[in-house]
Amino acid sequence: MSEPWRIVVAKPGLDGHDRGAKVVARALRDAGNEVIYTGLRRSAQQIVDTVRDEDARFLGLSSLSGAHQHLFPKVCELLKQQGLNDVIVFGGGIIPLDDRQPLYDCGIRAIFGPGTPTSEILEFIEHSTQLENTGVGQDSDWYWTSSS
Amino acid sequence: MAMEFLAQAKSGDRRSLARTLSALENGTLDLEHALSILGPVPALSEDNWHTLAITGAPGVGKSCLLDGLLRSWAQEGIRVAVLAVDPSSPRTGGALLGDRVRMTVVDDVNLNHLIYLRSVATRKASGSVPVIVGDMTKVLLALGWQKVIIETVGAGQSEVRCAALADRIVVVEGPARGDGIQAEKAGLLELADAVLVNKSDLPGAELHADEIRESFELGVGNTPPVHLTSALHSTGVQEAAEILLNLSSSGRSNRARWRERLLAHHERTILESPKLDEILEKLAKGSILLDEALRSIGGSNDE
Repeated sequence: MSEPWRIVVAKPGLDGHDRGAKVVARALRDAGNEVIYTGLRRSAQQIVDTVRDEDARFLGLSSLSGAHQHLFPKVCELLKQQGLNDVIVFGGGIIPLDDRQPLYDCGIRAIFGPGTPTSEILEFIEHSTQLENTGVGQDSDWYWTSSS
Repeated sequence: MAMEFLAQAKSGDRRSLARTLSALENGTLDLEHALSILGPVPALSEDNWHTLAITGAPGVGKSCLLDGLLRSWAQEGIRVAVLAVDPSSPRTGGALLGDRVRMTVVDDVNLNHLIYLRSVATRKASGSVPVIVGDMTKVLLALGWQKVIIETVGAGQSEVRCAALADRIVVVEGPARGDGIQAEKAGLLELADAVLVNKSDLPGAELHADEIRESFELGVGNTPPVHLTSALHSTGVQEAAEILLNLSSSGRSNRARWRERLLAHHERTILESPKLDEILEKLAKGSILLDEALRSIGGSNDE
């Protein structure tokens, strides 16, 4: 790996639990990436502005509040509106299996539930950059089949 | 690869600006080429400044305070860019860039078109500011950002590399940071053009400010202003913003600045050497000695 990936880890909406986001941020950091953490309770617009200004290659969204069906698609929509189509988006937190397909349909390329080994997230990061068109606004049906 | 993003950055596109800074950081774009398209860095008169370094120990409240300062400046309509530096791991090269957590002003929809915040990792550089930040600063100025603030890594007593890159240096201090002897010690405080003693709501802040003032009065040149702030309660922050905006150089540090510039550029020739990895590998294996390494990297004796 030549230059580190820049990855934004964000907590959208009214959700005060960020242990998971911090564990993921730490694992990404320890794998040699530059991780920009937004802090709690960010709006979709604030997250998209951060991705834009920080020139992030990846965006990781964490939600444990149950509002993922509203917030994640909104972030994806705004990313596309602003032309940030090549940003690779992944999500995690408490996201029931039945809720996941609509999120994949928005362009989110992976959803990681509780118990996912951090090594799997790192594998996803490597793998998704090797494939074509894995950005949020790019045309592809591909998504990562996660273990939990 | 054509650098289309340079032209788009010039027309005000924020993502292209971000990409331009990444390209500088990654070494795929050099400053000269960038400025040939973006236009020159505006000239500066002696009594004015473009770049201000905010430095101080970890946890004194640099980011929090800067959030308040940015709000004041933006409310006056000044376009400010911030390069917020956090350390990279010397082991893995990774970094957690967390300055945004404190900078809530960038979320203010009425002000955020006047503020650009970019988190920067130190990467391979030693010290509290990587030298590439100097190039990033020039690009931001050429793009019409009026002031560039460099927030350094939390810095110790002798961390003065920011002097190489900034027109003015502000040192943020806090209460209960040692007795009067600490203020007398040589180092970072000597290069300060202003000192902000933050957390003034806590006991000991006034005393510490007095000790720093006393120490400054014993020195030569202009006496830098020492001002109390509480970023938490927004007291003294508006005044601090005014003081900093019109801050003149203490004139105490010209030689030290050039010393830091010299060191910084020397370090850069080493870090940017294509042979660096190979040489480090050999050093670690013990197959060459430090002397040979210095000679082969070319930055030591032949300048």
